[in-house]
Amino acid sequence: MKVHEYQAKEVLARYGVAVPRGRLVTAADQARAAAESLGGRVVVKAQIHAGGRGKGGGVKLAADPAEAADLANQILGMTLVTKQTGPEGRLVRRVLIEEALPIARELYLGIVLDRSAGYPVVMASKFGGMEIEEVAAENPDAILKAHFDPDVGLHPYLARRLAFGLELEGGAFKSGIAFMNALATAYGDTDASLFEINPLVVTTDGRVIALDAKASFDDSAMFRHKDILEMRDLDEEEPLEVEASKYDLNYIKLDGNIGCMVNGAGLAMATMDIIKHYGGEPANFLDVGGNASQERVAAAFRVLLSDPSVKGVLVNIFGGIVRCDMVARGVVAAAEEVQLSVPLVVRLEGTNVEEGRRVLADSGLDLTVGDGMADAAEKVVAAVGRAS
Amino acid sequence: MSIWVNSDTKVVVQGLTGKEGRFHAAKCREYGTKIVAGVTPGKAGEEVDGVPVFNTVDDAVAATGANASLIFVPPPFAADAILEAADAGVELVVCITEGIPARDMIRVQRILQGLPTRLIGGNCPGIITPGQAKLGIMPGHISIPGPIGVVSRSGTLTYEAIGQLTTLGLGQSTCVGIGGDALPGTNFIDCLEAFANDYDTEGIVMIGEIGGTAEEEAAEFVSQFVRKPVVAFIAGQTAPPGRRMGHAGAIISGGKGTAADKIAALEAANIAVARTPAEIGETMQRALENQSLID
Repeated sequence: MKVHEYQAKEVLARYGVAVPRGRLVTAADQARAAAESLGGRVVVKAQIHAGGRGKGGGVKLAADPAEAADLANQILGMTLVTKQTGPEGRLVRRVLIEEALPIARELYLGIVLDRSAGYPVVMASKFGGMEIEEVAAENPDAILKAHFDPDVGLHPYLARRLAFGLELEGGAFKSGIAFMNALATAYGDTDASLFEINPLVVTTDGRVIALDAKASFDDSAMFRHKDILEMRDLDEEEPLEVEASKYDLNYIKLDGNIGCMVNGAGLAMATMDIIKHYGGEPANFLDVGGNASQERVAAAFRVLLSDPSVKGVLVNIFGGIVRCDMVARGVVAAAEEVQLSVPLVVRLEGTNVEEGRRVLADSGLDLTVGDGMADAAEKVVAAVGRAS
Repeated sequence: MSIWVNSDTKVVVQGLTGKEGRFHAAKCREYGTKIVAGVTPGKAGEEVDGVPVFNTVDDAVAATGANASLIFVPPPFAADAILEAADAGVELVVCITEGIPARDMIRVQRILQGLPTRLIGGNCPGIITPGQAKLGIMPGHISIPGPIGVVSRSGTLTYEAIGQLTTLGLGQSTCVGIGGDALPGTNFIDCLEAFANDYDTEGIVMIGEIGGTAEEEAAEFVSQFVRKPVVAFIAGQTAPPGRRMGHAGAIISGGKGTAADKIAALEAANIAVARTPAEIGETMQRALENQSLID
């Protein structure tokens, strides 16, 4: 689960991670007041989930409270387009007003789970402001790493090694170590999956502060972090994905025109692959899960068909525990309910498959039965090709 | 032969009194698996379909000699259930539970490092040795005994592969679903090593997914240590980048994790990669034929 920058900083500050003084506002006059209380010179930052906000014109420096009000006025309500939002952009509903800091150096600090090691890893680099992927591609040795056990925290020698590696000195050395320790503790305690502080700045007076902060949290652990769960901003998520999540469906909207309904994430990805192999483009990833009930199948059908670009549907179910007859009844009920008007190809395999095929045949629905994955994919691609 | 489970495996089901546990334990028994005990704290003395329930795994093991555990405990308590089974000396723990927090699995993996217990999962379909025992939620009827070992990160895609093998008359020695979580208890390499050392396994099917570097590491292992034919499929070749892998997630491995990277690594290790998910069985059949030409 992603959160906004201001929320990430709020969470980090609770753990003693140094962040700039700032206030969240939703109107120009509030921005002026915030700038006055923060000393006049401030940064006005659009709050959307996507990165690349600065280059898109969503982060601006204001010399005084009047300019802060002007800039907030410009940014609030704008549709910000960055390389991560896609061409449609995102509406800016809130801006963060932060004190402008006297910056001496810009660094990078991040924490992510290293699957191979089985532990989180702190990554640090002297190249602040650059995408870490770029640093890794061009100069992998410039990334310093330190693994830690969340039950123990970052060992002092590892924090020192990182601080020396970043060439922190004097007061900045001390505050850098305090910063890294606090960040590692926060990562474990909040069940984070990603922290990215880019840039991490060293001020001219030797303080180490998170100028920007990006945080994602482990969805599976949110049952024990109600406070973080409340930070979820549904406005930042794809509406169809929000709708799907109400039914516990794993749905991701894509750019193609063949809607897919599959049980199991691996089979769902493989189904997308085989559609593409036969020259089609999947409109979505949709995993109805291992124990898909008739209601859930019907909900899945409604969600994928509410995407107007869908010109054909492929249902691919390998019933293990899920019974094919039950899936078939869900498909029939949903197809009748939404008055299906696009070609439908159904491939069923596994438990009670005969009964499932009979339900489909008896339904009177205009559908094509696929014999195996390849056949089903070929048929839906051909049907969509004919229709368009 | 087979790996890790057979007709002698005696299973305690943690969470037997729950809806999922009761349902799947019954299916496993129907298949022929020896389900000897259940564990639900506070429900000792009860029975589920004739299987005695105990308060602790320790008690269940002492009373029944169970040497494997199958876990259907809800996510907040699943990590603790795994540790309880390991502490009771259970050799094999199969955790079906989906949605265990990553932090809990970090702790579990650290503690298991010092113990002889093997964990499969979480978030996995389980393990089956056809004709002998099934510890999990996969459909039993699609498998037949034979010489192919199957290891997969996916659930239903595994059934797809097994179904194709069975249709071609290629039975399976053991099929292991290692699960799709970031931190699985058993990984590809563990399974490849076990299959390589199993006399009755003549070929291995490995089904991976995008994300992480487990497949690349497995390819490296195969090129060094496995002399049996290995066939692979990678799901997610057309998945859009950045949707499942965290933004900085790919970085640790130096930008690896895409399907193209994985396929290149597998092919470099002489592993035949099925082009589409519908060709997994045929690809294995061809690999076996090529092998017999060499032999």
